[in-house]
Amino acid sequence: MDINNIPREKFRLANDADKLTDKKFATKPIGYFRDAMRRFAKNKSSVVAAIIIAILLLFAVIVPFLSPYDVTMRDGYYKMVLPKSQLFSFLGWNGCGPQKETQGGYDYWNSVGIEYGESAVKKVNNSFVDGTGIKYYDLDVDSYERVGFVFADLHKDEYEALMAYQDENNIQVLYPIPATYKTQFVALTSSANIWYELADESATSSGETREHEPDGTPIYKANYLTHTNPERGGYTSKMRIAGDDGTHGENGDGWYVYAVKNQTGYRVRVLYKEYYRYKHGHYASFLFGTNQHGQDIFVSLASGARLSFILAFSVSIINFFIGVIYGAVAGYYGGAVDLIMERITDILSAIPFIVVATLFNMHLSKVVGPFVSLIFAFVLTGWIGIASRVRTQFYRFKNQEYILAARTLGASDKRLIFRHILPNSLGTIITGTVLIIPGVIFSESMLSYLGIINLETTGMTSVGTLLSQGQAYLSTFPHIIVFPSVFISLLEISFNLFGNGLRDAFNPSLRGVDE
Amino acid sequence: MTKYVLKRIALMLFTFLIITTICFILIKLLPLPAVKSMGRDVSLIERRREEMGYNKPIMVQYGLYWQHLLKGDLGLGEQMYVSLEVSQVMLTKLPYTVIVNFYSFLVSVPLGLLFGIYAALKKNTWKDHLISTLVIVFISVPSYVYAFLVQYLLCYKAGWFPLTVASQADAAFFSWKMFHSMLPAIISLGFGTIAGLTRFTRAELSEVLTGDYLLLARTKGLTKNQAIVRHALRNAMVPILPMILGEFVGILGGSLIIEPIFSIPGIGSLFVQSINLRDYNFFMADTVIYTLIGLTAGLVIDLSYGFIDPRIKMGAR
Repeated sequence: MDINNIPREKFRLANDADKLTDKKFATKPIGYFRDAMRRFAKNKSSVVAAIIIAILLLFAVIVPFLSPYDVTMRDGYYKMVLPKSQLFSFLGWNGCGPQKETQGGYDYWNSVGIEYGESAVKKVNNSFVDGTGIKYYDLDVDSYERVGFVFADLHKDEYEALMAYQDENNIQVLYPIPATYKTQFVALTSSANIWYELADESATSSGETREHEPDGTPIYKANYLTHTNPERGGYTSKMRIAGDDGTHGENGDGWYVYAVKNQTGYRVRVLYKEYYRYKHGHYASFLFGTNQHGQDIFVSLASGARLSFILAFSVSIINFFIGVIYGAVAGYYGGAVDLIMERITDILSAIPFIVVATLFNMHLSKVVGPFVSLIFAFVLTGWIGIASRVRTQFYRFKNQEYILAARTLGASDKRLIFRHILPNSLGTIITGTVLIIPGVIFSESMLSYLGIINLETTGMTSVGTLLSQGQAYLSTFPHIIVFPSVFISLLEISFNLFGNGLRDAFNPSLRGVDE
Repeated sequence: MTKYVLKRIALMLFTFLIITTICFILIKLLPLPAVKSMGRDVSLIERRREEMGYNKPIMVQYGLYWQHLLKGDLGLGEQMYVSLEVSQVMLTKLPYTVIVNFYSFLVSVPLGLLFGIYAALKKNTWKDHLISTLVIVFISVPSYVYAFLVQYLLCYKAGWFPLTVASQADAAFFSWKMFHSMLPAIISLGFGTIAGLTRFTRAELSEVLTGDYLLLARTKGLTKNQAIVRHALRNAMVPILPMILGEFVGILGGSLIIEPIFSIPGIGSLFVQSINLRDYNFFMADTVIYTLIGLTAGLVIDLSYGFIDPRIKMGAR
């Protein structure tokens, strides 16, 4: 057969349909970011880290709103109380702490709170006699109960409101004034907790002057001020402590005195935990305890964390933009422009950060406040890392053929930079931006820990400030420093793991390596 | 080669000059605090201020500052160590910083290398995973957290170490007593360095171990140990040694956070103190030192590549 002259009718269309189209993909195409997300999700440790970061973020955002406490609240009596949690009290998270006391100390702490039926001493773990014949007790003392009673000076209307609260809720807040109130000894008049007879009036709380049962349990004999007028001191409330029936005093016609008039109003003796509830609507129970200023550590930490996050996020966003633009210009234009710009980054990056932070703080904090001046300090050198990443990426891509093609078609520099080259390096830039965050948080906590910057104002505190507050009490009250340290360690570990996961996920050369 | 080195040194000095100039001007723009007399005669400081041109324009002061600096005169303490020579005070602080850092360097570099090599050789076994996890933890956790832990557990609870460094009156610098009292700080400083070096060594060595020439060495009949020690380790050391050298230069600068925590009277503590008390002479002197250390470390790292690796030609285009 002659293949050069095949008759027309021998030909037949292979596909008779009207239109010829490509087959539709059965699956969706996987783009760069989609692929990165998929590979990130496979990296277990990074996912866990991301979840922890999310929890810490939620903690920082939500806790200040939900907590009944506030950073500005400083309680003068609940200072350095230990962490207490209703939920985990079986783990020893119950606000009790060990205390080693002599007999006098034991007698004193044991008496605190006995008037309303609870003692500050929760448990006697051990008692022993040391070489010199002094008896010691190992006690478990409730750091909340040990505040016991305090004297409060109230105005007339406050006093009346408190009495009305007592009658309405059937809660005894006001307790009789002890007779020791009248002694000349300052130690006794200022302590509202010594409500019983001391064998010798000159004794202070540490003296071993109480009588004891044979087994060593101290005996307390009530010793309150009495008066023939039951409403002495304007006490009109129905609430009276058990046994206050007027059979006291020399002639058996004395009533306990609940208030003493002074210049401004009344001096009363209140049970502090009930008084706290009266004032704030709930009992005091601090999940992470309080520090030496009586601030709740849980809410302070959340507020410090919030500050750290705001600072770190704003710094990394600003650095992202500056770094991208600077690096793009240096990398895209190259040559002399690049040389000059590189010298500038060399000089900036050689300044020790602490010097930058200090100088910015000294110059700017009076003008724009310490927080903004700190942002400036972080921004001054923080973008350099991102800029150099972007620059390298630009050097890699700018001479490739597709750029040449786009340029031939008339694309402007701006279009080439932002539409054609930058998207290629977005992965590494994002990783770099994320990894700025832990660095900023660490540096900020370090600077405020060292006292070089002070971000503490009303209603704001920083993790570093909390750490430095805790350091003074490291040996005696380690709980003050433990929670901020754990928080910041957890945050740093999670961010680093998260950043590493992102870096691997965005690295196209690792695609399919572990499959 | 020499030309390149000289060029790099000139560039470094240029950077140094610019940074110190900016810092000097920024410090001089701040209001000058009155001298804290603390019961001492301050007329000396007043006279020195006159001599340094404190009432002349800033650029004149800057010139005078350099004239004095080149003679080793950094001014007098005005808010702390009043009327003492800054340079003298610094010289008394330097030994503490150097000794603590040097001990820490001596301990952590071999350990870091060892862990790194071990992890690379046992790659993808549970031993490697354990080391790598610990490395991540120790790199991430801030150094002050270890310091608190060390201080609480080893100093307070166990009572093994004193809380502060022995004073020079009690113990000589290289005595056991001094070393013992510095140990908590040495340990705290070491964690970060060990972790960093382990990670770096592991990464470098495991990359080298996959090289074709290692396979060739084994086929030629070298034992595994010979191949690793003679071929892999030597090549892996090319980027590791500069890092160690940089670390070594950094011995001169104290840690700003570990030194105050363990009350080591070193350069780092002095820096923090000078910032908090606003003593500008000390602050400027410390800034100069820290900038110089940073720049020198960078330069040493860059140049050492050329000396260590014959394949790298310095300044080649």
